[in-house]
Amino acid sequence: MTTIYVPRDSAARSVGADDVAVAIAREAAVRGADVTLIRNGSRGLLWLEPLVEVVTESGRVGYGPVTESDVAGLFDAGFLAGSDHPLSVGIVEEIAWLKDQQRVTFSRVGIVDPLSLNDYEAHGGLVGLRRALEIGGDAVVEEVLASGLRGRGGAGFPAGIKWRTVRGAQSDQKYVCCNADEGDSGTFADRMLMEGDPFTLIEGMVIAGITTGATQGFIYSRSEYPDANDTMREALEIAYLNGLLGNGVLGSEHAFDLSLRVGAGAYICGEETAMLESLEGLRGMVRPKPPIPALEGLFGMPTLVNNVMTLASVPGILVDGSAAYQALGSERSRGTQVFQLAGNIAQGGIVEIPFGITLSELVNTYGGGTRSGRPVRAVQVGGPLGAYFPADKLDVSLDYEAMLAAGGMVGHGGVVVFDESVDMSLQARFAMEFCAKESCGKCTPCRIGAVRGVETIDKIREGVDRPGNLVLLNDLCDLMTDGSLCAMGGLTPMPVQSALRHFPEDFQR
Amino acid sequence: MVSRYSTWSAEAAQQVLDLLSEGERLILPALQALQHEFGYVPREAVGIVAKHVNVSVADTHGVLSFYHELRTSPPAPIIVSVCVAEACQANGSRELVTSIEQSIAPVGSRSADGSVDVVEVFCLGNCALGPAVLVNERLVGRVNLDSLTRAVATARDEVNA
Repeated sequence: MTTIYVPRDSAARSVGADDVAVAIAREAAVRGADVTLIRNGSRGLLWLEPLVEVVTESGRVGYGPVTESDVAGLFDAGFLAGSDHPLSVGIVEEIAWLKDQQRVTFSRVGIVDPLSLNDYEAHGGLVGLRRALEIGGDAVVEEVLASGLRGRGGAGFPAGIKWRTVRGAQSDQKYVCCNADEGDSGTFADRMLMEGDPFTLIEGMVIAGITTGATQGFIYSRSEYPDANDTMREALEIAYLNGLLGNGVLGSEHAFDLSLRVGAGAYICGEETAMLESLEGLRGMVRPKPPIPALEGLFGMPTLVNNVMTLASVPGILVDGSAAYQALGSERSRGTQVFQLAGNIAQGGIVEIPFGITLSELVNTYGGGTRSGRPVRAVQVGGPLGAYFPADKLDVSLDYEAMLAAGGMVGHGGVVVFDESVDMSLQARFAMEFCAKESCGKCTPCRIGAVRGVETIDKIREGVDRPGNLVLLNDLCDLMTDGSLCAMGGLTPMPVQSALRHFPEDFQR
Repeated sequence: MVSRYSTWSAEAAQQVLDLLSEGERLILPALQALQHEFGYVPREAVGIVAKHVNVSVADTHGVLSFYHELRTSPPAPIIVSVCVAEACQANGSRELVTSIEQSIAPVGSRSADGSVDVVEVFCLGNCALGPAVLVNERLVGRVNLDSLTRAVATARDEVNA
């Protein structure tokens, strides 16, 4: 019997993985070949999707990108034995692009059957949770603190401090909320983990629950991710059936309930306090801080809010110990970051690697330049609120402090590449337009500033009093930066001003 | 084409709301449940939800008008959600939108035959394989007008099946 993997990841499905899976099953039946088809997550080499893997004695041999019409030819060539074929990429684990990464958070994504708890345990799953149960909450907090793990959602706040604060808060009810509202363009790591290894997120949340004393958790996901939500719901059901959730987690005295909530199309709900409002069923309006959610969060109770990547990193940290995680990275950015290569890029996908890699290595070495083949002109890092870097300034080290010093931010790790056809005044306009559409409206700099920003950029583009309007635009950006209640209005100037700084010629056409 | 959704009635709406769990007796989950069942949330539902959740009509209306995805009129059988965010812009989504506007309908409106709504979304999480669109709940990557037309035809078959 031969085992074949065809991803169920929605990116793979978006380019025909379902058709390929059906064709393989049909062809195998016709030829009387004994095959087991497993729908795995994606390995993250997205330009090779659909990437079909065949288990052979020497390892998992990959073929990609496979279309439905390639399938018969693959059988003819003997791909069930791992034979050579124009689409063969060899042993997948040996592909340098993958082999040179250091996957901690993504260690199982693409390898396991996402909804098999047995497969999960066979690949090191639940070891972190068992250790957490054994060493107790104080020791878990110490481990998370010592690992140097910082919030992967964008803000980079030390996770251990948050965990300690919630653990120390006195309350009859506490909550753990996973921010899976991955709205940044250029990011898809949360989605891929939820689709490819959902139990890791569940395990991380259970650990967070028993450590902080929270008995109820929520995953706040997006309606734009129907596949991830389906997979997550199934995984939750399996977790309940197997005693991972509910009363007596893994036979312990701890109880933890976990449910999935799905948003309704509002970028601002990725801001943690707006997310809490939305979880309460209300408009996603940003709350002023303090009080911090760790003390007064969901329904006014102490609440741990962490991103998917943060929570999913914890099981691995507990398995290998904080020292192993802390040993990775650079300066005050410890561990690995799951970068996502996106936009106009030849080799897009997931690169999990210690902090400190340069943007140039990511874009040129891993990414292989643009997909269009034209020169790279601009790279936006950290989502729609992140800075644009010009092609000659890509030698910046990707860690929290170095990016800040370079006028940007790591954010959620999204890297979006543009070729020379991009009009940066249009990108700056979009940043303001996006803010105008997605602002919650609570504070004036964001609500009105974004609208005025669009108008001012339009005037500049039309050539109306350019010198005056450029001064006005920079002044508006400074005001939004200083005066906004949250990162939405506060960081929208970052793409705008980086475009102005690095691409002034685009505002003079 | 037939609708994927049930026909609205106040009685049917109440039945949907009665099925919500205790933890979901909140405005947004209640509105989402109604939209899931009926495809939209008519104005008439606002009072029903407010009463069920025990909040004011104003608060309920506030939630209904806040979230982009909540609709107050019935949708077309096929919804084409086009990603217009940066990663897809880098792969030509602006040009794609122009051709969709010429061949199907402008963003934010319905095709002449009433079968397709075109809406814009910000990010579908398929940023390495853009431009991306969602046709009902099916994600299509590296999309062009041809592949989009095929995906719409498939959705049409599914709706009619």
